[in-house]
Amino acid sequence: MIVDEVNKAYVRDLMRTGKRADGRGMLDYRQAVIQQGYVPNAEGSAMVSLGDTKVLAGVKLDLVAPFPDRPDEAVISFNAEFSPIAHPTFEAGPPNEHSIELARVVDRGIRSAEVINLKQLGKTKTEAGKVLGIYVDLYILDQCGNLIDCAALAAMAALRNTQMPKIEGEKLVRLDFTGPLPLTRQVIACSFETIEGKVVLDASYGEEVASDGRFTVSVTDDGKICASQKSGAAGFTKEQVLEFTDIAFEKGIALLEKI
Amino acid sequence: MVGSGDFKLLRDDGKRLDGRGPMDLREISMKVGVLKQAAGSAMVQMGKNKVIAGVYGPREVFPKFLTKPDRAIIQCRYVMAPFSGLEDHGRSGPNRRSQEISKVIKHVFENAVLVHQFPKTAINISMEVLQSDGGTRVASLNAAALAMVDAGLPVKDIITAVSVGKAGGQVIVDLSKEEDNHGQSDIPMAFSLRTGELLLYQMDGLLTKDEVDQAITMGHEAAKKVREFQEAALIEKYAGNQNSADNSMQ
Repeated sequence: MIVDEVNKAYVRDLMRTGKRADGRGMLDYRQAVIQQGYVPNAEGSAMVSLGDTKVLAGVKLDLVAPFPDRPDEAVISFNAEFSPIAHPTFEAGPPNEHSIELARVVDRGIRSAEVINLKQLGKTKTEAGKVLGIYVDLYILDQCGNLIDCAALAAMAALRNTQMPKIEGEKLVRLDFTGPLPLTRQVIACSFETIEGKVVLDASYGEEVASDGRFTVSVTDDGKICASQKSGAAGFTKEQVLEFTDIAFEKGIALLEKI
Repeated sequence: MVGSGDFKLLRDDGKRLDGRGPMDLREISMKVGVLKQAAGSAMVQMGKNKVIAGVYGPREVFPKFLTKPDRAIIQCRYVMAPFSGLEDHGRSGPNRRSQEISKVIKHVFENAVLVHQFPKTAINISMEVLQSDGGTRVASLNAAALAMVDAGLPVKDIITAVSVGKAGGQVIVDLSKEEDNHGQSDIPMAFSLRTGELLLYQMDGLLTKDEVDQAITMGHEAAKKVREFQEAALIEKYAGNQNSADNSMQ
């Protein structure tokens, strides 16, 4: 988009002087607002805004056949919808490489950290051998920059909001809850964009367009790194990766505390 | 993928299941210029992985609206053949995992190729995994990097990829399929060895910061060894006594 190109020059000029268009510090998150239980029909949900970026995460539970190579494990699956409502350039259609990447990066952090102990949950099997299936859908509603961190925060908040329905035979009795979905720990993703050789945390849309590359680190609330993803053309050094990790432990965990 | 703690990944003698030490690579063979039609091509084998990469371009952009006025765009396609794994026959064509891998590999070449020399064109990279055994995206990237040079396209560097991870409680390089599936972490990474920069980096599992530090350091060292194979493959075609009509895929 033409207006994006004009803004790009402005953002880059400002960045050379170490400033951001909205006056934030280079490593400051925008304000996060989290509303859990936003969709009472779902087993769990959270509407999260990070600045103007808005993502709604919904969790639906079901009874499903387990994966053939993991017959005693519950199943969790992440999908992202880049709704055309969210940005003038978003088109309706099957997931593109951006929405697939986002879903897989959020998935990777939560799965690697075993936020949900799928083996433990898999012990609850129906007569027909079905296990619990957890579907997390990340609905992008307003693309104003840094969808990954917003979606990861929304996923975590939605999972914390999720209640387990009663299992009767081969069916779930929805709205008849037995307790919360048991979680072992929390995970958050922190994304850094590099612009004109400088690095910012929580890029706005304009900063994303102007960016040369992105690095996302996902960390747990008990001090481990559980996922990372480099995206975009810019290269990163080992020192930068380690620095991003430190910042993620500080700023990312602070973000989790908003839930 | 992070695995269960039950699967033993270390032998009683402390070596990895296939007898390797932490910094040992599997057997590698690389050959450049294996296809007739593609502008550039390469076949890479790392362990049991067999990957073939082909490059076309610079050529017309399809679909046209993707054309950039000031540079070539990179289009990248990574797919695994349905017969490539030990499991049942897979479905043909790209899936979500393939699309993500295609994207991250594309970004490597957006950096490495001098795209501004070819405005309004596309450079197409195709990577086909013929047989898989842990580390396919790494083998694919190494092949694509060779294919790019074979195609005569100007690049800042020959990019070298290697996988690093943690299995059996130690940080290791070049993960086998078992180590990838049942270990504690998997980190495919690619370097521009000229500058030492990371151009591809993905991580899953659970690591401390010190382990990440160690992993990247070990990856860098291992990449230097992989790079020797890439250079040898190029020298064999372009500077060696090889009959230039020999493009067998042995």
